[in-house]
Amino acid sequence: MNIDKKITDDLVANDVSFVTTVPCKQLAGVIDEIDAREEIFHIPSNKEDEGMGLCAGAYMGGKRPAIIMQNTAIGVTINTLATLIQYYRMPLPMLISYRGELREPVACQVEMAVHTKALLAQMNIPTYHFHKQSDVEEFDMILKYTFMCNKPVAILTDANFWGGYGDQ
Amino acid sequence: MIRSEILKEIAPILRDQLIICNIGIPSQELHAIDDQPTNFYMLGTMGLASSIGLGLALAQPKTVIAIDGDGSVLTNLGTLPTIGNNAPSNFILMIIDNGSYGSTGDQPTYTGKKTDLVGMARAAGCDNVIEVQDVDTGAALRAVIDSNEATVMVVKCDSGNAKMPVITMDPVVIKDRFMKAIEA
Repeated sequence: MNIDKKITDDLVANDVSFVTTVPCKQLAGVIDEIDAREEIFHIPSNKEDEGMGLCAGAYMGGKRPAIIMQNTAIGVTINTLATLIQYYRMPLPMLISYRGELREPVACQVEMAVHTKALLAQMNIPTYHFHKQSDVEEFDMILKYTFMCNKPVAILTDANFWGGYGDQ
Repeated sequence: MIRSEILKEIAPILRDQLIICNIGIPSQELHAIDDQPTNFYMLGTMGLASSIGLGLALAQPKTVIAIDGDGSVLTNLGTLPTIGNNAPSNFILMIIDNGSYGSTGDQPTYTGKKTDLVGMARAAGCDNVIEVQDVDTGAALRAVIDSNEATVMVVKCDSGNAKMPVITMDPVVIKDRFMKAIEA
């Protein structure tokens, strides 16, 4: 299964047409796939809170948005999640590269990984963790759930899900 | 002129446009001067008025004016390259540059010192960047709206705030009536 294509197909099928990204090595394939799709307007952002602002505006303008980012960005976006996305009740699927999990080669990434689920839980953000490739089967349902309840929803995707780091 | 005097003067122009208004006293002033369903008031999240405005302009065809401040743009400088590379013709960023953090006690920002937002916006790739003196804001804003080109306006004015009540409207109500006004 090509998970990059499956994720992009699910976004399109759920009418997600505005996607902002801050890159991660693990997310490179899905970002390329999104960039190539006519149905999706892809706008890279420089920081994840900026990206959430873009998504909030696009949502109010009638588009279904999504953000793609690393879990380190949870540390950047707590205020934006609380005072913009949650306070105004806006839906926001967050496809998150879960760095610092099994098969991670960079020790510093673990430092935010150990806080990631705790922070999301503290924020009452529904959180899903994709560890095996077959977990992607839930992505379509998660998108439907997000736009049903008008909340930010986190999908953590770890290195095992993406197939590891090659030889590392 | 101070910001509230400018807002009072341009309120008849703003009334017909979609407005994303910056957090704190700017939103309180606009709300008190001329509350409209086409106004989106930011109750928190300093720095994101320009980003929300850009997302909105990209998502639908009506003209969007993001009313921002010098301090708020400085806190989200990454917004300028994103605007410079993506802004559609219906997007106007109006930075009220009074050289101070108005909502927190008028502490000076760096734009009151050596930093030049006009130069920064140009260097970030924004094609139409104009500096406007406070007394000329109304005429300049009309011209920018008529030009139908993405524009960054840096409005130079005096530091100071009008005493206005805090906005007590529920955020979901602000959002809901704004989205209905966009669709209307």
